[in-house]
Amino acid sequence: MARSVLLVDDEPNIVLSLEFLMRQAGYAVRVARDGDAALKAIEEEPPELVLLDVMMPKRDGFDVCQTVRANPAWKDVRIVLLTAKGRDIEREKGMALGADDYITKPFSTREVMQKLRQMLPPES
Amino acid sequence: MLIPSIILAAAFLYLCLLFAIAYWGDKRADAGRSLVANPYIYALSIAVYCTAWTFYGSVGRAAASGIDFLTIYLGPTLVFVLCWAVLRKILRISKANRITSIADFISARYGKTQVLGGLVTVIAVVGIVPYISLQLKAVSASFNVLIHYPQIVMPSAVSTVPLLQDTALYVALVLAIFSILFGTRHIDASEHHEGMVAAIAFESVVKLVAFLTVGVFVTFGLYGGFGDLFDKAMESADFARLLTATPSSTFGNWMTLMALSMAAIICLPRQWHVIVVENVDEKHIDKAAWLFPLYLLLINIFVLPIAVAGLMEFRGQQADADTFVLALPMLARQEGVALFAFIGGLSAATGMVIVETVALSTMLCNDLVMPVLLRLKWLRLTERKDLGRLLLGIRRGGIVFVVLLSYLYFRLIGESYALVTIGLVSFAAAAQFAPAIIGGIFWKTANRWGAFIGLGLGFLLWFYTLLLPSFVRSGWLDETLLTAGPWGLALLRPQALFGLAGLDPLSHALFWTMLVNIGAYVAVSLVTRQSAIERIQAASFVDVYRRAEAGQRFWRGTATVADLESLLVRFIGAARASQELAEYAARRNLNLGKMREADAELVQHAERLLAGAIGTASARVMVASVAKGETVSLDEVMAILDEASQIIEYSRRLEQKSQELEVASSELRAANVRLKELDRMKDDFISTVSHELRTPLTSIRSFSEILHDNPNIDPAQRSQFLGIIVKESERLTRLINQILDLAKMEAGRMDWQIERLELKEVVDDALAVTRGLFAERDIRLEVDIPAGLPKIEYDRDRLIQVIVNLLSNAVKFCDPVHGRVAIDAAVEGPGLEGGAVRVSVHDNGAGVALADRARLFERFQQIGNTMTDKPQGTGLGLAICRQIVERFGGRIWVDSEPGRGAVFSFLIPSSPAKAQAAQ
Repeated sequence: MARSVLLVDDEPNIVLSLEFLMRQAGYAVRVARDGDAALKAIEEEPPELVLLDVMMPKRDGFDVCQTVRANPAWKDVRIVLLTAKGRDIEREKGMALGADDYITKPFSTREVMQKLRQMLPPES
Repeated sequence: MLIPSIILAAAFLYLCLLFAIAYWGDKRADAGRSLVANPYIYALSIAVYCTAWTFYGSVGRAAASGIDFLTIYLGPTLVFVLCWAVLRKILRISKANRITSIADFISARYGKTQVLGGLVTVIAVVGIVPYISLQLKAVSASFNVLIHYPQIVMPSAVSTVPLLQDTALYVALVLAIFSILFGTRHIDASEHHEGMVAAIAFESVVKLVAFLTVGVFVTFGLYGGFGDLFDKAMESADFARLLTATPSSTFGNWMTLMALSMAAIICLPRQWHVIVVENVDEKHIDKAAWLFPLYLLLINIFVLPIAVAGLMEFRGQQADADTFVLALPMLARQEGVALFAFIGGLSAATGMVIVETVALSTMLCNDLVMPVLLRLKWLRLTERKDLGRLLLGIRRGGIVFVVLLSYLYFRLIGESYALVTIGLVSFAAAAQFAPAIIGGIFWKTANRWGAFIGLGLGFLLWFYTLLLPSFVRSGWLDETLLTAGPWGLALLRPQALFGLAGLDPLSHALFWTMLVNIGAYVAVSLVTRQSAIERIQAASFVDVYRRAEAGQRFWRGTATVADLESLLVRFIGAARASQELAEYAARRNLNLGKMREADAELVQHAERLLAGAIGTASARVMVASVAKGETVSLDEVMAILDEASQIIEYSRRLEQKSQELEVASSELRAANVRLKELDRMKDDFISTVSHELRTPLTSIRSFSEILHDNPNIDPAQRSQFLGIIVKESERLTRLINQILDLAKMEAGRMDWQIERLELKEVVDDALAVTRGLFAERDIRLEVDIPAGLPKIEYDRDRLIQVIVNLLSNAVKFCDPVHGRVAIDAAVEGPGLEGGAVRVSVHDNGAGVALADRARLFERFQQIGNTMTDKPQGTGLGLAICRQIVERFGGRIWVDSEPGRGAVFSFLIPSSPAKAQAAQ
């Protein structure tokens, strides 16, 4: 069975490109366009990894991260933050809230895919 | 038994008793065993406040309008209980300056100005004459009522009698003689009349006991006590009204009476005389502060019972309530009580007349007649020996003058007024002094011109609004003066000045006189300057506690001791002069016999002694005359003052500097806060910009990598990704351009190519750029630019940029299916010079919520449905529009009805160069 990833970002182009690459790499990808949709998707079926943008309207990535970490049922869900600002404080906040890793925007898709493969090797 | 001869004999005996007491009092004072040097006598002497007006008139007023007679006594009570410190300060000042009268006090405070003392004297005499005539009226009326015993004939029923048969004339003459005997037996440097004070205190006891006797007799003799009396009264509706409410008086009326009586307790010349001039020990005021209010309480206890009983006993008869105190005992055939009541009324009246005339004659003498006489060089007064006799003569003449003037007023006016009303007219006159006195002891800046003009205007208005109407009522002037105003000018009606109607005449008069008096006092004091001596006097009055004994040492010691002594001898007599000088020498261990030149302090002392006899202003002139012209070297005074004022100036500047520093530091703080805020905003801006830049960059990079790493990608997908790369690159370019534009505009470094433009052409150009957009989305466009719009001066490209921006926004946000956009323009004339042109772009989209409208024009504030997708665009378009429009004084805004579209409009002045020049 394919490893499941939830991709959360409000930028359609980023979603499009990453979705394309992850599917190509053999992941089961679902997409959410904001924090609320992300939580809904996690409730339906917790993914193994969430690629989570921080700067989103309404509920931001930090909020989603916190909510997920507050629920013990989802303790196995791994979270990688996409922080556009790349400021130390943002990273530290994300890690403190329980994120497993982060990627700074603008990123290279190669870098993202490499990190993804490390954390969640696609079933061979 | 109450035949005229017995009444006359009783009255005469009573007056003789008074005189005996006064004589005894003076003897004791001369022997150094003062009779009056205790607070009880002092408090009783202050009770001279209760005149025949209290004795008879309170009952009259209570019968007419219930309990509002109490205000006349509540006012003084308040002053003594609450303003005790003010009284004490006045006392301290008066003692330090040997003040002899209220006129003296005011003239001394405002630079020893003789003219001011004279004005106060004139106001006092004119204002108080009605009050004295009221006493004459009361005594003669009570006498006339009493001699008809056992019949009760009201005074109003007595027709006017010929002059020589008029009781009031004889009352006046007798009172004048007694005043002369009491008040002008000798000239005293401190103006103390201990015998008179003793007699006045005795009279206060007599009138209180008499009134209480009548009250007890009525309440417990005619009725079975207070309960019985009021129960019976309550059975009648009229009385119930009287006892439970004050129908004729409003709250305002109460306040007026209260304010008047508060002023009167200090400002009436006789009150000033007993409270201030005759005071022997400042501490006595402490006890008087509760003794005097207690006296007022006692004398008012039976006012209402007597009034109510009188109204019941004389029901249906033509009864004058002012006579109830007398008529009730007569009705009950109680001759003794009736006679005692008459004596009580007599004592109330005589006490008032004696003190008032003595006080007024002192003022007439010291502040009006002597200054004039001393100026008349041909009288050679300054060379005369023994001026004391002249002073006495003037004062006696003054007493006779005042009493006869009062009698004249009584003959002419008195009959047409109730007792209380006349008294209040006088209260209002005396109240004119209050601003100058109170201001004088607390406000250093107050000066003589302020006091003079305030007093003068207040007095004129008092005359016009209160005294003139009293002439009208007595038939001396035509009634139309009150109803239509002088020369038919309704605005000048004396009792409704400038249309101020609806107040009772007294409140009306108090309002206008005080408004003008205080207003002129304050305003003139603020705009005019004080002279040197005024400043010294102002400081010595206001700071009296600080400079206890310092005095004003600005005499130069060029007066000889002999000159000073001869000056003193002439005014206060040889014995007293040598005694005073000896005491002075003993106190300071000086041998005056060996001193030729008097030092400054001795000159000062002599001036104060003289001031006690002839007033401060005249004393100053007299001392100056013997000090051989070089006394008050004005230069010297100015030098002292300059020094002082320099120090004051320095400290003022220091204060100003420290204030400026404070202001500057608070400005710095504010600027710092603002800078921090700006810094924060800059950070926000940069982080937003970088986010906005990174997003398209990330897209471009991602898709480029995908295309690079996957050469075998499906051609359809390839072209989609390439399309995205192109579009995002365009977005990036646009964004960078706009950020640069905005930064340039905000920094003011934008080049503006101003030219005269036809708006229609500009709109057409903008439409040409956006035509493709409309066609692409199949959106209907309506253009309505009327011909004949004024040309506008603006930068063509920028204006096009604004319109294009608004149009493309409209395209983006209008209804996706039935899109419709309209553009129109119009002249908005008024408000802006040369008119302004408005351009509006309408769409039929979702509209903008009220809360979002203002922030729509901020940078990176995109409003859209972020749930579905991000709105296209950079979020800078409207911010740039705003910068462009507001550059030359225009404005941009949005109107919207959510759900039915939005209207973006901007307004630019047709001649921005002018508009800018006007800024």
